[in-house]
Amino acid sequence: MTTPQGISKSPTGIAGFDDLTLGGVPTGRPTLVCGSTGCGKTLFATTFLIHGARDFAEPGVFVTFEERPGDIVSNVASLGFALDQLVKDEKIAFEYVALDRSELEEAGDYDLEGLFLRLESAIDSIGAKRVVLDTIESLFSVFSNEAILRAEIRRLFDWLKDKGMTTVITAERGDGTLTRQGLEEYVSDCVILLDHRVQNQISTRRLRIVKYRGTAHGTNEYPFLLDEDGFSVLPVSTLGLDHKVFDERISSGIPDLDAMLAGGGFHRGSSILISGVAGSGKSSVAMNFAEAACTAGERALVFSFEESADQSVRNMKSLGVDIGRWIKSGKLHYIAKRPTFYSLEMHLAVMLREVIKFNPSIVVLDPISAFTESADRLEIQAMLLRVVDFLKGRGVTAIFTHLMHSQDGRRIETDAGLSSLMDAWILLLNREVGGEFNRELYLLKARGTAHSNQVREFIMSDEGIKLVPPYLGENGALTGTARKNEEARSRRTEVRRNAEVSRAQQQLQQKRRRAKAQMEALQAELDADEIELKAITDNETEYLRQAAVDKVDLERSRKS
Amino acid sequence: MAPRKLILYVAGQTPKSLAAIANLERICAEHLPGQYDGEVIDLRKNPKLAREHSIVAIPTLVRELPVPLRKLIGDLSDTHKVLVNLSIGDGA
Repeated sequence: MTTPQGISKSPTGIAGFDDLTLGGVPTGRPTLVCGSTGCGKTLFATTFLIHGARDFAEPGVFVTFEERPGDIVSNVASLGFALDQLVKDEKIAFEYVALDRSELEEAGDYDLEGLFLRLESAIDSIGAKRVVLDTIESLFSVFSNEAILRAEIRRLFDWLKDKGMTTVITAERGDGTLTRQGLEEYVSDCVILLDHRVQNQISTRRLRIVKYRGTAHGTNEYPFLLDEDGFSVLPVSTLGLDHKVFDERISSGIPDLDAMLAGGGFHRGSSILISGVAGSGKSSVAMNFAEAACTAGERALVFSFEESADQSVRNMKSLGVDIGRWIKSGKLHYIAKRPTFYSLEMHLAVMLREVIKFNPSIVVLDPISAFTESADRLEIQAMLLRVVDFLKGRGVTAIFTHLMHSQDGRRIETDAGLSSLMDAWILLLNREVGGEFNRELYLLKARGTAHSNQVREFIMSDEGIKLVPPYLGENGALTGTARKNEEARSRRTEVRRNAEVSRAQQQLQQKRRRAKAQMEALQAELDADEIELKAITDNETEYLRQAAVDKVDLERSRKS
Repeated sequence: MAPRKLILYVAGQTPKSLAAIANLERICAEHLPGQYDGEVIDLRKNPKLAREHSIVAIPTLVRELPVPLRKLIGDLSDTHKVLVNLSIGDGA
């Protein structure tokens, strides 16, 4: 988009507004700012004037018909604007047009030349380039001749234009019309509508550019904020999908979780959803991410919609994680706001503003399901999409927690509407088995990273979060006491089997020893038999020899 | 007699201003002779006075004294209205 020739613009210094209008309000022309009571018209005008005088070397005249200059000075003092100093320095001049109907009577034809003269002298006294008329409609309650008044207002606007004054005119919103007195008829260049709506008891301020001659402008309504930072418009537009990607890994602060991912952690700039039922440890996991980022010397921004900062510090302390020191050192910015504090859009706007202001490398939203009560699902999804796009565009890692009301299969599917926006999805379950709840962690999804498909038992202790592989037996994965039982049972079985084996071994050995002994006995017997046999054989041999000798002796004796 | 003072604020020699001056002179002469001290101030010559006296409409006739201060705007062609606003009750 380019600014067409011939239209030059004067920046208002209002955050967001100048971006939206590609430069500010039209230079040297009147701009009408209309809205109902208390919607910030005067603050818009004041901010326009102060920034002009202070930052853009354009002195300004503030013509006030309602509030006293002193009141305006003290009103903006709380926003850090030293308006009185600017007045002293002759950069801003107040022209308080006090009108009192009761002391005024009309007797014939008149005009408002007095106002012109006063305005002219004020403009000339400080060399003004900007003028604010707040609220010119007050004239209608004082002067009864409307024909004169209208002609004079038209003349005033023309006169201001001729003098090249960049003018902001505030006007009260009318019933069914932009302004109560139809001032939009006289201002043809730029009309801005401020709105203050209450929906579901949540108020949202919105700004809309009704008309801006010669400039392409969004016709959307943009939320704006009036807070300690003054008036800021928050252009919330959906960004494209052309954000940069990172190969760099960041730690989740839980070493066991990092180990589940090939490469040791999640990708920087990815959006990670942590969903689970109540008490499944979502916030603790999310805060671990923040802790890890702070430890790595980066900045973390936490938006909590349920817990206060102190509560979170205490809870994390029970896990042996001290996030309090990061909050103190300014590395961790913890913003706790109830979801009903703003409308969804305003929350988004505030979040984006805080991210821009703090420039963190990681953002935690805990939990996003807190919004489901205050808005419908489509709106939430649209908001999250914007947050995801915005953070991705800045390369910020985003951690979202989501409270599931039930963990049966059907409900997890419903939540998948959210999960499609996410790069990684950690599911925390709380399973009841045998009279106890055990936490389980599943890594359902991690785009671009090989990761473990296995459930882990999720154990929180004062040493932090540990993930324990579950007992994988014949009966599926077991956790908690069941896991311990199963492990013990298998240990017992093992012992028993070992005992049995060793007994059998002993028995066999005994048997062998017995057999050996028997063998030895038999051998001994055999040996004895052998000796016996030898003795017998020897005797027999001796006998036979003796017999033979005897025979010879006998024969010899016979012969002789 | 208590001091009585009327100031007519005009801006240059516009027809309305001239008419107002003429009308005031006529009314004072015809209906309130000798009751008021009149003064005409041209704000074009001295614009600062417009702020000082918070003048918005031109012409404006201010009855400064006696109090309460009264402002009458217009070219004073409505004689009746001028008289209603300037007439001093008995004993004042």
